[in-house]
Formats: sequence, structure tokens, C-alpha cells
Amino acid sequence: MSSNKVTAAPPTGRRRRFSQLTKRDKIVLWVMVGIPTFLHVVLVWIPAILTGILSFMRWDNIRPVSTAELVGFRNYWEIFTIFDNQLFPALFNNLILMVWLFLCSAIGVLLAYLLDKNIKGTRFYQSVYYFPVVLSMAVVGFIWKSVMFNRDSGLLNILWPGKPVDFVGDQSKLFEIHLPLLDFPLGLSKNFAALLIAMAWRHIGYVMVLYLAGLKSFDPALREAAAIDGCNEWQTFRSVVFPGLKPINVVVAVITVIEALRAYDIVAALSEPRGTEVMGTLVTNSLMGEGGGYAGRGSAFGMVLFLLCIGFIIWYVINNFRERVT
Amino acid sequence: MTGKIEKSPSPSEVGFSVMSRRTLLASAAVAAAAGGVVLTSCGDDDDSGGGGGGSEVTFGSNYSDPKDSEAIKAAIDSTGLSVKINTVDHNTYQENFNTYIQQPDDVVCWFAGYRMRAFAGKGVVSDISDVWAKLPDMSEGFKNASTGLDGKQYFVPFYFYPWAVHYRKSLFADKGYSIPTTWDDFIALCDQMVADGITPLAAANDGGWPQMGMFDMINMRTNGYDFHVSLMGGKESWTDDKVKKVFENWSALLDYYQPDVNGRTWQDAATALGNNEVGMYLLGTFVTSNFDDTQQDIIDDIDFFAFPAIDPAYGQEAVEAPIDGFMMAKSPKNDAGARSLLGALGGAGAIDAYIGVNPAVVAANSKAKTDGYNALQEKSAEIVGAAKYISQFLDRDTDPDFAAKVVGKAIQDFLSDPGQIDSILSTVEEQKKTYTFE
Repeated sequence: MSSNKVTAAPPTGRRRRFSQLTKRDKIVLWVMVGIPTFLHVVLVWIPAILTGILSFMRWDNIRPVSTAELVGFRNYWEIFTIFDNQLFPALFNNLILMVWLFLCSAIGVLLAYLLDKNIKGTRFYQSVYYFPVVLSMAVVGFIWKSVMFNRDSGLLNILWPGKPVDFVGDQSKLFEIHLPLLDFPLGLSKNFAALLIAMAWRHIGYVMVLYLAGLKSFDPALREAAAIDGCNEWQTFRSVVFPGLKPINVVVAVITVIEALRAYDIVAALSEPRGTEVMGTLVTNSLMGEGGGYAGRGSAFGMVLFLLCIGFIIWYVINNFRERVT
Repeated sequence: MTGKIEKSPSPSEVGFSVMSRRTLLASAAVAAAAGGVVLTSCGDDDDSGGGGGGSEVTFGSNYSDPKDSEAIKAAIDSTGLSVKINTVDHNTYQENFNTYIQQPDDVVCWFAGYRMRAFAGKGVVSDISDVWAKLPDMSEGFKNASTGLDGKQYFVPFYFYPWAVHYRKSLFADKGYSIPTTWDDFIALCDQMVADGITPLAAANDGGWPQMGMFDMINMRTNGYDFHVSLMGGKESWTDDKVKKVFENWSALLDYYQPDVNGRTWQDAATALGNNEVGMYLLGTFVTSNFDDTQQDIIDDIDFFAFPAIDPAYGQEAVEAPIDGFMMAKSPKNDAGARSLLGALGGAGAIDAYIGVNPAVVAANSKAKTDGYNALQEKSAEIVGAAKYISQFLDRDTDPDFAAKVVGKAIQDFLSDPGQIDSILSTVEEQKKTYTFE
């Protein structure tokens, strides 16, 4: 294709390009691109870079910044070896969360597919599933902590047949993995497992609504064609609907990864019991609050999370550009 | 405002139960609404205004709830000095204190113990030993809690609340229990309660701070106040046999605890105490704020006793009582005025005026009027006034970051699996070495 285009172009040696944009267009364009870029750099990138610099320093957050001293990779060494019992459980919880939220996304897609069939009471189910999404995660956390999880008076414990369960505080593990370099096992704590259910409650509805919107705009003719060709329901979904909704799939995948990495509010709302720590709470607790004089170490935790996010974003952007090019 | 439950409450947040629960909730909502206020600007805004006369003193206040701010104004007016009050929401104040103290008002509100010592050690607040020479009505315990590591005073106490073992008088009277003063009596009483079908000890640890109080008490009773302060100051090893002994004693109590400590809020444990499901509860006197006006009979029925002695050498000489008070800026615009304001605030007149508006606190000054006190307040004044040593609470007596991120987590791990205590303590010791405790 592209070689044809080259030969089709007029054989002139001139390199000057004609622009279809007027001067005014250009100014508008510069303002529209420039202001967001400026804000983005000032509000996101400069703080990120400063955090990166701080992570190589020791600063007590009280005396002037000029008293900060460079300590090389010491903060990183500290969080990876001495505070390893905080860093690795948090990273592991984020990983579990990601796997779990992908599972929830699949359930959300399934619900959307079912609701798209115009079964009786679709709107009612839709509202019920979507309801948790209007709540912020912090509110979801407060609701589950006081109404559902409470050991002495929570709904789950009233319905639970056996001995009361401490859904909030029980940090014992459901399964354990022993890694060679760590002197403690990693695993899924019971209280984090309970939190996962609260998160699913919200995430499923979120994905369902996104996917339902996609299904509504899906060309019914394609589906009919698949039916005529003799596809069953599953084959139609797998080979026609799912690939046809690729843009929505990408959005759902991106949202799922971001939700898993940025998880913070619901854990904080449960006052971060041991066993439920995630990177988000680890970073915030190290940097905020009065008397916290370890800005360097907190920044190092922050950089670990930053690198995880940026890694994912770079992968996503590269993939996206590659598709546009081909 | 989730940050609030991650630390032990300051006396200004949780008074005594004369303040009903409803007003507490209402004031929390006001505080939350005011949460967006930015703190740093209030220090230097009044440079030009202060130029008019050298007599005005600026006062950085975290008394942001309506009743508190009215009360602190009454206290300051009673001094007769010319003071400009700059009020900031108390959560915001606390979280931004590091930044604020670099350009503070002349006199600032703060807490006693390590939290004061940390700033005294960094040289950002002034030595006010000369003010203390004019404060004869403060007990030795309060003076110790206001003294920096260099032996000079940096803090003037205003009011406090104590931590003690709470119980219901009616239950103890019904069953014929007597107040234990020794460890053996305490364990015997626990056994008796078990036999009577009552869980002896209410136990909460949601937020990771309530059980720090138990560690403090057992440590001070087992190893004495000096060792406790030294341990909190990072000078002792956490793998020392003395610390192991604390956890051994603690393990003996765990059998009498309510099960599943880590997930329970202090409010749920207080409710169990109110329902007579549990016999005793070690907590600050703010335990009564869990009950509302309709439960006044429960509030009136709650009493407390000092944590029993473990080693007779230390007896019950130490008591835990977080104190709120004031410090002076490093270089105030009005040095003499700030010192006279601090001296006046430490006097009985100021706290009397404060209690006149907000009767929910207990005065640090021993000459303050006590006729408006309820039984718990009277007893608090008595128990703390008689104490030789006053500790502040674990997250106020040591580096707050070390308290929350290292010791707090270690205590949660211990309560979850007491058998792991050796490896838990060696982790604490390893992590402790990354802290400077300066």
C-alpha cells in the first residue's frame, strides 16, 4: 500500500509542506494542547520527579530542605531488605487484586451480556448492579466495615452459621507461598479476601455498565449473520461480539489494571488492618501525617508504585500506537 | 478524615462525657467541613498587622470545634493580654505541623512527651524554663512530661485525660469483686469472672493504636518508667529479655481477652462493657463518649482503677495520660509577651475560664476549680496529680512513624499469633535501627 502512495506522489523535489491550518487554527491548537500539557507537567511530572529525587535523600520533613542529604540507594535498600515485611505483602496484595478484578470484569461482561437479552426486569437488575458504583470506594469501605463485616453485630456474622468471624482483623493466611529470598511467607490474608468481596461488589457493576453500552451499539446484523452461519451463543460471543467490541475491551482492561494499582481508599477506610496493606496505603502512610520524618523512605515506596504504573502505561501506549500505524 | 482513627485521640478531641455523643458527632462534621483550610498561610499573614504595637502576641490554635474555640478564647481573655488567635481545623493543624512550625505564631498548641521533644531537639521551639519557675501548681509528673532531653522545659500543660482500667460499679458490687492492686489479684479476678461466665477483658485494636496502651502499662509496671522512656527513645534493644518479659506477661492476659482483637473498634468493646458482657476495659476515659444521653445510667455507673502493680519495685507510680498544651516559637515576634501568655495559660485562672465554657476536660493545674467536675473527672485529677511519672501513650512517646509502622504492626502480629513473638521482636529491632530518634 505505502509503496503505491510514494509513486503516486508528484515527483517534485520541494520539501515545503502546505498546511491547511490558518494562523488562528494554530493558535487555538497551541492553547488547547499547551494549557493541558502545562498543567500536566506542573501538577504531575514535576512532583513525580521531585519525589524521585527525594527517594535518594534523607530528609526529616521538618528542617529546611537544604538540610536533606544524599544517601544514594539507601532508602531503596531499606525498603527491600528491612521493611520487606511491609513492601512485599503490599505488592503481593496488589497482584492478587489485579487477578481478582479481571475475574470480576469477566463476571461484569457476563451480566452485561445477559441484561442485553432484554430479559424481564432488565432495568431493575441494571440499577441494582450499578448502585454500588455511584458510591466512592471510601464509602463502600465504611459501609462494609460497619454494616457487613463487624464481628459483633455485622450482617455477615449474623448470617454466618458457625463461630463469629473477624472479617476486618483476621490476618491469618488462606494460602501461603514461600519465596526463596524472603524469611516470611506471602499469601492471601482472610481479611483481604473479605475486602476483595467488597471490591467485587463495586467493580462488577462498573464493568457491566461499560460493556452494556458497548453491546447496545453493537451492529445486530453481525449477530444475525453469525446465527445464519450456525454459530451457537458462545461461538457468536467469542468470535463475533467480543472481537467486535475491542475498544470497550481495552477500556475495561485498562480500568481494571488501574483500579488494582491505585487501590487505596477502601483499605484506608477499614483503617488498614495488618494483612490488607496495598502500595497505595503504604505510600500515603509513609509520607503523610505529623511527625513523619522519613520523606526519603516514603518517596522510595512511592517510586516503586510509580514504576509499576509507568511500566503499564508505556506498554499500553506502545500497543496503542502500533495498532494505529498498522 | 480517616487519619483520625490511626492515632490515639488527643484530649481536645475526646473530652469527658459531659459532652454528649451527639455534639461530638456534630463537631466532627464541622471539623470535616473545615478540613480544606490551608494552614501554612496563617503564620505570616499578620506581619503587617503586628507592626502597629509590640504588645500583641499571636496564638496558633487548633481549637477549631465551636465549643472549644469559644472556650480557648475565654481562657485567653482571662489573661488580660492582647492576643491575636489564628484558628485552624485540628486535623489539618496536626498533619501540617511540620511545615507550620517553620513559620509559626508566637505561641502554638501542641502535645507533651516525645512529640514535643522531637521539635525541641530540632531547635524549632524555645526553652521556657523561666516560665516554669513561675508555675508552682504543676505536679512533678507534669513537669517531667514537659521537659526536653536536655533537661529544659519546652511545654506548658493545659489539660489531659488518663488511661485506666474501666469497669461497671454495679457489676463489681453485684458479684462482690474488689479492686485489684497487684498482678496476682488481677489474674485471680479474671479467673473469677471466667467462672461467673463473664469475659474478663474487653479488647479492641482497630486502627492499630488501642492495644499500644496495654503494652505501655505492662512495660511500665514490669520494667519501670525509666526503661519505658529509654525504650521509646530507641536506646534499648527490643530483643532484650526485659521486653520479652512484657510480652510473656501480656500473653498471660490474652486468655482473658475478648476473641479477635485486631478487627474490633474501641467503640464495640465499650458497648460490650456497657452490656456487662465484659468485666474490665483498659482505655482512656473517653470510653464514656461511646454512650449517648439515653444511656446516662451506664455513664454514671462506669468507674476506673489504676492498672495493677506487677513488680513491687515500680508499684503503680506511673500513669498514662496524654496532655494538650502550648509551646513557644523559636523566634517569636513578641518574646516577652509570648512568655507572659504561656505563664498565664499555665495558671489556674485560664483553665478555670476554659472549663467554664467547656467542662469536658480535666485541668493540669492543681489549683484549678474542681467543683464542676463529675466523679470521673475528679478521680482523673486525683490519679494523675498523685503520679510520679506521666507517660503520654506509645504513639506520642516515640517517633510517630516508628510507633505506627513498626511497633503498631508488631503488636497486631503478636495478637494474631503470640507464638511468633521472638521473630516479631527481632524484626522490630532490625527496623528500629533505621530510625534516628533525635
